[in-house]
Amino acid sequence: MSLISFKLEKRIPPPWWFRMLMPIMAVIISLAISSIFLLALRKNPFTAFYYLFYGGLGTKFAFLEMLVKATPLILTGIAVSIAFLAKYWNIGAEGQLYAGALLATWAGIQNFNLPPVFYVLLVIIAGFVGGGVWSFIPAYLKAKFKVDDVVTTLLMNYIMIYFVSAILTGPWRNPVSMWPESVNIAENARFMQLIPRSRVHIGFLIAVAIVFVVYFIVKKTKLGFEIRTTGANPKAANFLGINTLKSIIIASVLSGGVAGLAGVSEVAGVHYHLIHNLSPGYGYSGIVIAMLGGLNPFGVLFAALYFSVIITGAQMMSRSVGIPPYIADVIQGITLIVMLAMLLLFEYKISIRRGK
Amino acid sequence: MEKIVEMQNIRKTFLHTVANNDIDFDIYKGEVVTLLGENGAGKTTLMKILYGMYSMDSGEIYVKGKKVDIESPKDAISLGIGMVHQHFTLVKSFTVTENVILGLPPSKGIEIDLESAKKDLISLSKKYGLEVNPDAKIWQLSVGEKQRVEIIKALYRNIDVLILDEPTAVLTPQEAENLFDTLRLLIKEGKSIVFISHKLREVMEISDRIVILRNGSLAGEKNKKDTTKKELARLMVGREVLEIVEKEEIPKKGEPLLVVQNLHALNDKGIEALRGISFEVRSEEILGIAGVSGNGQRELENVLCGVRENTDGRIVFKGKEITGKKPKEIINLGIGRVPEDRMEEGLILDLPVFENLVIESYDKKPLSSGILINYSSVKDFAERTVKEYDIKTPSIYTITRTLSGGNLQKVILARMLSRNPEFIIASQPIRGLDVGAAEYIHTKLLSARANGVGILLISEDLDEVLMLSDRILVMYEGEVMGILDREDITIEKLGLMMTGARIGGLHEPN
Repeated sequence: MSLISFKLEKRIPPPWWFRMLMPIMAVIISLAISSIFLLALRKNPFTAFYYLFYGGLGTKFAFLEMLVKATPLILTGIAVSIAFLAKYWNIGAEGQLYAGALLATWAGIQNFNLPPVFYVLLVIIAGFVGGGVWSFIPAYLKAKFKVDDVVTTLLMNYIMIYFVSAILTGPWRNPVSMWPESVNIAENARFMQLIPRSRVHIGFLIAVAIVFVVYFIVKKTKLGFEIRTTGANPKAANFLGINTLKSIIIASVLSGGVAGLAGVSEVAGVHYHLIHNLSPGYGYSGIVIAMLGGLNPFGVLFAALYFSVIITGAQMMSRSVGIPPYIADVIQGITLIVMLAMLLLFEYKISIRRGK
Repeated sequence: MEKIVEMQNIRKTFLHTVANNDIDFDIYKGEVVTLLGENGAGKTTLMKILYGMYSMDSGEIYVKGKKVDIESPKDAISLGIGMVHQHFTLVKSFTVTENVILGLPPSKGIEIDLESAKKDLISLSKKYGLEVNPDAKIWQLSVGEKQRVEIIKALYRNIDVLILDEPTAVLTPQEAENLFDTLRLLIKEGKSIVFISHKLREVMEISDRIVILRNGSLAGEKNKKDTTKKELARLMVGREVLEIVEKEEIPKKGEPLLVVQNLHALNDKGIEALRGISFEVRSEEILGIAGVSGNGQRELENVLCGVRENTDGRIVFKGKEITGKKPKEIINLGIGRVPEDRMEEGLILDLPVFENLVIESYDKKPLSSGILINYSSVKDFAERTVKEYDIKTPSIYTITRTLSGGNLQKVILARMLSRNPEFIIASQPIRGLDVGAAEYIHTKLLSARANGVGILLISEDLDEVLMLSDRILVMYEGEVMGILDREDITIEKLGLMMTGARIGGLHEPN
């Protein structure tokens, strides 16, 4: 009779170039694992992956559509990574996205008499505030009463999603079409097209700008230092004089605000009105993207683009090879698991012990 | 003499470090053999291999002349080898008797015969002077009693070889004396003792033979009668050791810097751990706090450092009340802190060295301006500090986790001293450090004292307290047993106070 027990011990972190390679290895390994499913369906994985990437990158149309889809993914990825840097486990980007969209739509349908630049700015601010406030609630509960952040942020997604549905089927129901959707927001509140005759809008530029801003905050400011120290070891940070509760609350509000911007971008850049299925899970994809991007803003940017390729190309692959488009979700899921497993393996030493 | 155990060419590596480098080690019948070495020299690893807790990479073990494979502690015990670890392996909610028979097959069919076990246990404890109540629950026992239970547990299994891993680390001097009496009775009976230690005084008192390990390799073997403490110390660290750091006498003490009055606080379990502590520390003075660990020292450190709330009493620094202040406020008042838990409180191990060096001062000019951290001056500061305090690190960008224990402590010390504190709270400043690093830390503390800094030194290392302190306060169960001037102190007095005797000459302010 022998029992096996595992023990995890922190090991010396691998060098930076190795950490840069890790996401690439994770992508390759996850594609390899995904091909098992394709083989089970008796499809050639190479053909399938060819159409997957061709459908996401191969044509000008596909490429531009990929940028449209990448916009909310960059934002939710950045949002989640800010919170995760402080070891605040914000699983609530999806709800914060809807909260941002809700408040931005409200501002947008008031038809204020504002010139375009100012109205767009107002809608952006409204969205940031909406997401930020929705994220503040669980962060305050965590800081003040130690309520588990994973549980509250996750459950608050459902509250917000159903609240939006309720509003759309109730007071905000479109009086003309009678669909459960809001009326269109004011012309002046809409994001400009970035490239003519495509759906790419300035939201993409805003998302990229946010990447730079967040990088600057994290690496250059006192606030970023406080968030990183809090995340690296809250107990030590507190002992050393960092106000860890403040760091957690600020990180969570920034995180929720940026997630709210993803909602703004979908409403003001793509749909021009609020719908109940505004996001096909961008908030959850944000978690995968943040991890794959190693919580580094530029890593997140590339991870978001990669996932956008997969999401966009899945339709083409599905049609050309004859497999369900859900394979894109499968690849996402596997990538997360592979990345997490790699982080575990490279940051911890696993010692296996055979007990008596 | 007869060899009971022979260990030959034992090799064990962990990742990249060689913990045991082809070590030969024998145990003879009826002797106390000491494994002497600094922390990390490989003593415990070698014994855990013998006890079946680690597997060796290569080597051979013979017990009573026969080659054996020891794969688990169970195998070791059946070969007559028992071990008492530094961290006890007792079930807290069970009684002493239950713990002693735990894991043994029941004596009568499937029924456990607690009564006869208890009888055996009482006779064992009488015979060897291991006083303990067989019906007490483990959680009710003191550390010394728990250790006695561990020893009885081993003896109950009829072992011939008893391994004790730093047994005196948790004991008062009197308890240690009692333990040694027990050990002497055991060797008279022909049992063999392996004593793991790095305390030379004890080693010279109890051993017959001393085997010295250094950095995982055999550094020497001496019979007690042919050696001296000085020679052992040299073998242990590999160079001559300056035993005593020169302490300059400062006859006239300055003004009271820190005054603590009637301090009360709870521990993590909500039990009162500080019960009315009062003392004062003057400038140019080191007040040492001695006591067996777990008597409230940690809670006292926490309260003074601002990470634990007190339930009563007050703390006054330079005439101003600072009770209940947050860590940041305490840092900004000019109080430097060397926490007991340097890995989990003193440093953020996953950040690079330069960020750890500024974590208490990053928000001050010139290291930052406005909302920005001025990383070029942070890096300049870090480069200078690493040089000044001789911190051995490949670069200031190195992840702090990779530094050795002594250098980790130097980072903490450098960070604190670079802010020119007026008062220092140092808790276990040299625990686990090698002699060279310890000497460095002590020199720095003494030079701070010479510059007028008041220091509160909390330590379980009596030698350290005796060497550095101007006055010594002894804590026992959250209370002050007495505060003595250095000249009035003897080891015996300290030992009595550490077990709860109040001794006159109190200098408590009230």
